[in-house]
Amino acid sequence: MAEVVSDNWPGLTLGVSVQREDFDVGQLQRSLLEGDVGALACFTGYVRAGNADAPLERMRLEHYPGMTEKCIADILQQASGRWPLMAARVVHRVGDLSPGEQIVWVGVASRHRAAAFSACEFIMDYLKTRAPFWKKEQAAQGSRWVDASLDDEARAQRWQQSPGSPE
Amino acid sequence: MLKVLFFAHIKERLDCAGMELQWSDCPTDLDSLQAELCARGGSLWHEVLSQPNTIRAVNHEVVAGNAALADGDEVAFFPPVTGG
Repeated sequence: MAEVVSDNWPGLTLGVSVQREDFDVGQLQRSLLEGDVGALACFTGYVRAGNADAPLERMRLEHYPGMTEKCIADILQQASGRWPLMAARVVHRVGDLSPGEQIVWVGVASRHRAAAFSACEFIMDYLKTRAPFWKKEQAAQGSRWVDASLDDEARAQRWQQSPGSPE
Repeated sequence: MLKVLFFAHIKERLDCAGMELQWSDCPTDLDSLQAELCARGGSLWHEVLSQPNTIRAVNHEVVAGNAALADGDEVAFFPPVTGG
């Protein structure tokens, strides 16, 4: 497990965890409730079961230790520069995961919902297209590395055109 | 010393997670390093590292185009990312 927590500004807490262990969403949510938080937006990503022809047996998550934590911390810093955040945290699992298991959690606390919603989506869109993780699907038929998605890249690109929301 | 790392399908195809090179033997820019690795490794290395979507990073920062290298740098070659 690797964890980076930044307290660069009073009133703003940023956290990054890359770990094999599962995580408790309720506990993570409560960890962001410091100060006069008015809105907390959270996202949890799960391993999908695959399709009927090729049900997934296992998903292997590989990453680049050191660069991953730095890259996610940079994404959180960018988000806190765009929206008035009080706290933001990312937890991402690595190693072997089964269908239905939690992979990633993003939580953003702010005074108001608009900043929390937008920042949560921004962090997830950038994480998917910038942070050095790679997924390998293992099924009975064999294993394959997941291809990067053009749709994910397009979603991340939208944020470069608009300062606040992705319209 | 220069540290070179490979990830995901690049690591698998090369059957190599990385290597440490004596700085005195190292090319001083990224393009020359890649050419040197391909020259040493042969056609498989050339094919794998030269794929147009291969991403190159120096000291944990993605580099677009060529970059100067210095003693102590960490260079990584990896495919487009698929986390989240």
